[in-house]
Amino acid sequence: MNSKTILFPENTVEFRDVSYSIPAGADREIVSGITLKVAHGETVVLLGRSGGGKTTLLKLINGILLPSLGEILVQRRSTTEWDPIRLRRSIGYVIQEAGLFPHFTVAENVGLVPTLEKWPSARVVARVEEMLHLVGLNPQEFAKRRPRELSGGQRQRVGVARALAADPPILLMDEPFGALDPVTRAELQREFRALAHRLGKTIVFVTHDLREALLLASRIILLEAGRLVASGSPAEFLGIDHPEVRAFAASLTVAPGAPA
Amino acid sequence: MSPWTFFLEHRAEIFGATLDHLELVLIAMAIAILIGVPLGMLIVHRQALRTVALGVASVLQTIPSLALFGFLIPIPFIGGIGKRTAIVALALYALLPILRNTYVGLTGIDPAVLESAEAMGMTRAQILFRVRFPLALAVILAGVRTATIITIGVATIAAAIGAGGLGTFIFRGVALVNDALILAGAIPAALLAILADFLLGLLERRLRVS
Repeated sequence: MNSKTILFPENTVEFRDVSYSIPAGADREIVSGITLKVAHGETVVLLGRSGGGKTTLLKLINGILLPSLGEILVQRRSTTEWDPIRLRRSIGYVIQEAGLFPHFTVAENVGLVPTLEKWPSARVVARVEEMLHLVGLNPQEFAKRRPRELSGGQRQRVGVARALAADPPILLMDEPFGALDPVTRAELQREFRALAHRLGKTIVFVTHDLREALLLASRIILLEAGRLVASGSPAEFLGIDHPEVRAFAASLTVAPGAPA
Repeated sequence: MSPWTFFLEHRAEIFGATLDHLELVLIAMAIAILIGVPLGMLIVHRQALRTVALGVASVLQTIPSLALFGFLIPIPFIGGIGKRTAIVALALYALLPILRNTYVGLTGIDPAVLESAEAMGMTRAQILFRVRFPLALAVILAGVRTATIITIGVATIAAAIGAGGLGTFIFRGVALVNDALILAGAIPAALLAILADFLLGLLERRLRVS
């Protein structure tokens, strides 16, 4: 089933002049006029302040939200034409605090999408082991545990393993490392960067942390109040002449003695 | 005669009445669970039905129990004098706590869990049965526990319409101004309620996922 949905060799996400406003509410636009192409294998980081519309863009990609104007193409097909269930099962999703199911074991969490896709159970078991190894967790030790028996970093690793389990071509990540302590966060960021290179997934990653964006991105997209205001590779980004870029750059340098 | 000697002399009758009482409660609870839990699942995504179902169940709860028993007597099929009417009335009473807890339990799930369930491509039915329901089980059971305790108490009044049970002793005791008779109904009923509370409480703690 799964391989059938991934017919296109070129796994792109494309926003064509997309706006989204809350339906039935006042005509407040959450994002407006977004045009953006994500090429196969790219890691695009959406950077911006809280409430800037970053998460909304992710939810537009996997069809949790549909655009008010414009269209989003996933593998060259508009999200309105996709069967939402098929679309979401071919896109991995990781959120802050991982969103693991507390009543499932680690193995059941990781094996969920393959199980929903009716993989034979032996294949699911093998896949779960493979995924846990991939994210640096020993299956013998962790497969039977429940999420509450894990540290924050371990939960996040399980979240990544779960998102990758059905081998989706696209991975969406919404501040996945945001709730971790700085040391664990740096560890996971480094490992994730290596993993992303190796797997060749198309990744859209949301963060408000410029440092994280510079580390992980092949391209950084800056959002301000729902609009795309700057875009560039990590090498170019800090040189862009835009007030919001400067505001983010200023967040990197903390004067000695100033509160962090 | 002291209540104690009365108890000893009539222990077979008291035991029989306790079993009758238990029967009323168990059948009524089974019906209330079979209606309340599926209805609670049904109203999660249906606003209009939710308003009606919760409204009707709340109104039923406000009817004084003796009056509810009385109202049901003239109704064909479910009415009449005896157990059947009592069971229907008790089930109606038990419905609200079960229905409300089922709904509250199913909708009170951590939003991050529901968000990732949806994003992983689970269908609405899969989310309901595999995520919401197991996570709501402890809350649903808390509703069942409350309903059971209410039902054990209210079932004593069912004796007024000839349904038997421990209420028989209480009504007779009140009529004869006999404390021993009243206690012969009241004490086993109270013990049943305490026991049910304890056992269902144990089960509830085992089902709680944190």
